[in-house]
Amino acid sequence: MTVVEDTGARSSVTSGRRPSRLFRNPMSKIASIPLIITSVGIFVGCTVWTIVYSFTNSRLLPRLEFVGLAQYERLWSDNRWLTSISNLGKFGVFSMVFTLVIGFFLATLLDRKIRGEDIFRTIILYPFALSFIVTGLVWQWILNPQFGIQHVVRSMGWESFTFDPLNNPQIVLYGLLIAGLWQGTGLIMCIMLAGLRGIDEDIWKAAKVDGIGTVKTYIQIIIPMMRPVFITSLVLIAAGIIKVYDLVVAQTSGGPGLSSQMPAMYVYSYMFGGQNLGQGFAASTMMLLSVAIVLIPWAYLEFGGKKRG
Amino acid sequence: MKLTTKLLAATAIVTAGAAHAVELEVTHWWTSGGEAAAVGKLAEAFNASGDTWVDGAIAGGGDTARPIMVSRILGGDPMGAFQFNHGRQAEELIAAGLLQDLTEVAEANNWAEIIRPSSLLDACTLDGRIYCAPVNIHSWQWLWLSNQAFADAGVPVPTNWDEFVAAAPALEAAGKIPLAMGQQSWQTSGAFGVMSVAIAGVDAWLAVNRDKSVEAAEGPEFKAVWEAFAAARSLSAGSTVQDWNQATNLVITGAAGGQIMGDWAQGEFAVAGQTAGVDYTCLPGLGVNEIISTGGDAFYFPVNSDPEVTAAQFRLAALLVEPETQVAFNLAKGSLPIRGDVDLAAANDCMKKGLEILASGNILPDGTMLLSPDTGNQLNDLMVEFWNSPSITAEEGQARFAAIIATAD
Repeated sequence: MTVVEDTGARSSVTSGRRPSRLFRNPMSKIASIPLIITSVGIFVGCTVWTIVYSFTNSRLLPRLEFVGLAQYERLWSDNRWLTSISNLGKFGVFSMVFTLVIGFFLATLLDRKIRGEDIFRTIILYPFALSFIVTGLVWQWILNPQFGIQHVVRSMGWESFTFDPLNNPQIVLYGLLIAGLWQGTGLIMCIMLAGLRGIDEDIWKAAKVDGIGTVKTYIQIIIPMMRPVFITSLVLIAAGIIKVYDLVVAQTSGGPGLSSQMPAMYVYSYMFGGQNLGQGFAASTMMLLSVAIVLIPWAYLEFGGKKRG
Repeated sequence: MKLTTKLLAATAIVTAGAAHAVELEVTHWWTSGGEAAAVGKLAEAFNASGDTWVDGAIAGGGDTARPIMVSRILGGDPMGAFQFNHGRQAEELIAAGLLQDLTEVAEANNWAEIIRPSSLLDACTLDGRIYCAPVNIHSWQWLWLSNQAFADAGVPVPTNWDEFVAAAPALEAAGKIPLAMGQQSWQTSGAFGVMSVAIAGVDAWLAVNRDKSVEAAEGPEFKAVWEAFAAARSLSAGSTVQDWNQATNLVITGAAGGQIMGDWAQGEFAVAGQTAGVDYTCLPGLGVNEIISTGGDAFYFPVNSDPEVTAAQFRLAALLVEPETQVAFNLAKGSLPIRGDVDLAAANDCMKKGLEILASGNILPDGTMLLSPDTGNQLNDLMVEFWNSPSITAEEGQARFAAIIATAD
């Protein structure tokens, strides 16, 4: 390490001018070439390829016969796609709000230096160790009216008790939401807790001196100070929402009917099941677009602003 | 240390054994009790001939299995053989030159003459070459009834669809689900196909499915189908199971009155030890229009570089059509054999009904032979949405159905 730096310094002295930024530390740049090629090739290249082919009438195998926007027109008049989008929207909003609120609330409870904090933290974080497939299957059984909660409550004497979210198209999304929150809040809680622990003790002392109540301190002082933590959580949750697929497949496989369909399932079903690549590509391009619409303004605000200021 | 030695020894034995025979991985989606029993017969026959059948069953039905198989073939990791419903599902794989041409095997074994009806071999043929070995005939057009459920409800077992609908209130009063239906979309879509053949008649069905006629899809015959389909929807309100064999199980246990399902359901009744005519009743063509479609399963063989594997693929293809294999397999599966010259003395009542209809020539091509998978997928989506949303009216359903037929290819 030091040797490399020394030679770098000496050569810059001998040549008499600052070396180009591109050639500084050349070994690490050479080492990262494979990664750069992979990421550019795989991510950018394949994305462009997918977008191009979404304008063709490819069936099982890709072929370059352009049909203009026909795949997109069909996509946006397809009831299943529209249902998927609205499902994702509802699931996304609820999941975002509840994960943040519950995660922060649990983190503040643990932050009050309670006894047995380690045990509670472990218990709450534990579901995160399970995959979405396992989570989905576990909750499918718990919410099954013949074996799960409904059955248990009924056998305790409440004969008319009904709780069957996975079989009721009106509330099936809440059934998914329960499982998603159970799995995901633990991680957010831990991130929040780390953020809370990073707050200087003196802030609390100052707030106490000024006679500000605990709740008010949290909301008006601590939360604004935790902005980076919130942003990280937000990105993590948002990424989880966009790619939600395995949870739904395991829990309801999109049913009853089409009531819990998600965009990713539509893509899969048309690309492979329906042997219509063009339609699947059009749908995945729309998914990419929706992510870009959310991410680009955010990235601009987050990173672009700092450089100029 | 000792264990390692044992394992090494075991590995050595396994490898040594494999050197003599070719191992052929066969993927299929036959995982229910009756289906697994049937596929076991094929494996037995193939192993007896000296090769090794490596079973690659994929659970979850054709909609789950087909994409996995296709992506393995496209990804350059082909299995030895795979099962599809013959028809248009493999069209593009054949066109891309990824599947083995079986014409030589077919000519050597005289398939053109023994396979009956000839539409089965036509479905395997593209540009005069044969690409698959059909193994059975499956027909969708069956209504399976639980004799016990009707006895419990105190009504006679219906002999046609109208009587079944009329008996439904009595079944409901006895705390039973009149019509069992799994939640997967191909099941609702299939039931719709059955009802349209039975209610709209063959001509209207062919006009829509073969000729893609929008007028016929909007016409009065299909209006009647949609009304009956909407009525059937309300009969299955309590049926929350997912898989078809779970729904069949509701009929077997007498918790449900009936199920519209293809003749593969028979394998489940057989595994449960039930007797046709005593424990359960079957009505071909819903008892209205006794006609069956001749879809079915076929094995396809991906092209590969190893000549030994190719030879084994040809051996398996020939074996599948042999009379002995046909009898053993079809009796277990509950399907009909693809050749008329085999003796199915052991066939039960329902299979005999099917064989009679087949012999009398009241047959139809299957939906999967006429519609592309893309159109099939769209119809599946529509049917499963309709079935689960009572707010969609029959008229609305018919209008959307006609719109899909208008763009079908």
